[in-house]
Amino acid sequence: MNEMVRSLGKETGLSTVGGIDCDLHPASPATKTLLPYLDDYWRETFVMRGVDRLSLAMTSSPARAPINVRSEWKATSGFAGDTLETVRSQALDPFGTRFAICNVLHGSMIMHSDDMAAALCGAVNEWLAREWLDKEQRLRGSIIVSAQNAELAVAEIEKRAADKRFVQVLILAQNDEPLGRRRYWPIYEAAARNGLPLCIHAGGSNRHAPTATGWPSYFVEAYVAQASIFESQLLSLISEGVFHKVPDLKVVFAESGFTWLPSFFWRADKTWRGVRAETPWVTEQPSDIVKRHVRFTLQPVEAPIGTDALARTLEHIDCDDILLFSTDYPHAQFEGLNALSANFGETLARKILIDNPLATYSRIAADFGKEVAK
Amino acid sequence: MARHVVARVDELDIGKSKLVKVAGRDIALFNVKGEFFAIANRCPHEGADLCRGQMVGLAESDEPGQYRMTRHGELVRCPWHGWEFDIRTGKSWCDPARTRVKSFDVTVTKGGALTEGPYQAEVFPVSIDEDYVVVEI
Repeated sequence: MNEMVRSLGKETGLSTVGGIDCDLHPASPATKTLLPYLDDYWRETFVMRGVDRLSLAMTSSPARAPINVRSEWKATSGFAGDTLETVRSQALDPFGTRFAICNVLHGSMIMHSDDMAAALCGAVNEWLAREWLDKEQRLRGSIIVSAQNAELAVAEIEKRAADKRFVQVLILAQNDEPLGRRRYWPIYEAAARNGLPLCIHAGGSNRHAPTATGWPSYFVEAYVAQASIFESQLLSLISEGVFHKVPDLKVVFAESGFTWLPSFFWRADKTWRGVRAETPWVTEQPSDIVKRHVRFTLQPVEAPIGTDALARTLEHIDCDDILLFSTDYPHAQFEGLNALSANFGETLARKILIDNPLATYSRIAADFGKEVAK
Repeated sequence: MARHVVARVDELDIGKSKLVKVAGRDIALFNVKGEFFAIANRCPHEGADLCRGQMVGLAESDEPGQYRMTRHGELVRCPWHGWEFDIRTGKSWCDPARTRVKSFDVTVTKGGALTEGPYQAEVFPVSIDEDYVVVEI
């Protein structure tokens, strides 16, 4: 074990008790499990075609890849986080989590068939409501949709939004086109109309290479490339005028990392000054728009631990409102319960754990307020 | 403060700019629709000559996909990186409070008046019947 790994293990994190975990992953359900939640057409044809025997989990997250699941969280049979009991005993109880948002990453979000994608997204959302949210009061859900057909995505949002335990809309970072483009706007308008933030999670369709220079060979390249994918999507949302068109929209980047923000801010702000006439609806510098509209889940933190590098990065970002606590359970991002580095300090830690999530998720804030009142 | 005769009016057509040197300073002089304006020539970003920038309008929008060009020729785009400065005030469009160049008062005066007042016209043989651009520094 080298020095760095040893120091990671020793790091003492701040308490996470009472926090709101904004990125927790129940395992993607086996397709057979979803059959009761599909209508009779899809149920029968899935069985007839053998689709019920396929895993529709995304290939970017193979269950046996070392960084995908912490060793002590690996399931003896099945997949990490595939039962409510393991999520309770491994994630909710040890971290003292008050609320956790379930982000179920499922292949339906990136399928080629618009209709099959919508049917399966709906089934996953219904499964989440019945099998998880009904049974555990601490859990909240994300409405998964396939972004490629905005009309079908909007229908799912409108249907599911009536259930107040769903607190945001979830799409993936890589889609057919840059996310600022107008074909996606109805999704954003539906999210904002229902008071739901739009969560954009790492991963996606790979219909384009995950790097701008072409197809990489290895997982390490694809994983590290996620940060540049998020940078591109962030600038697309800003430049195409999404935040001008949908001023109430809140966006949450999940598993994007955030230590790349200072250089992104500097480059985007400076370049905007020179070419802003091309997008005259963007009347503020990009960094100000990000600070008002966009939030970032905490884990994975891609900064050296045990140094003041993190504090310096936060100074450069110059905004205490943008980080949302997350464990990214069951992925292996930190040791023990040290999800919240002591380098944040107590004041900022409280904001990251509780205040920032409550300011972002009005539906959680409403329930949090009820509890305090009791 | 002194008044400096920097150009004859007919030397600078509408929509044109030129560099003038006044009291050791480089000043960019602009003719915006017949009105004259003077700002410090050096862009505060990297030091390019603003007198060499294009005079442009202000691009505005009510929403994405809608474009409106207003204030035709009232801004100068720095020739190096395209930052826009309001020729009337010297303030940049993107960061008016912090990124700005000094603006100077300009008047147009008859040559006849110039010969009588406290003007410094060291480089100009002033003729009574012509109009002159006068910058106050």
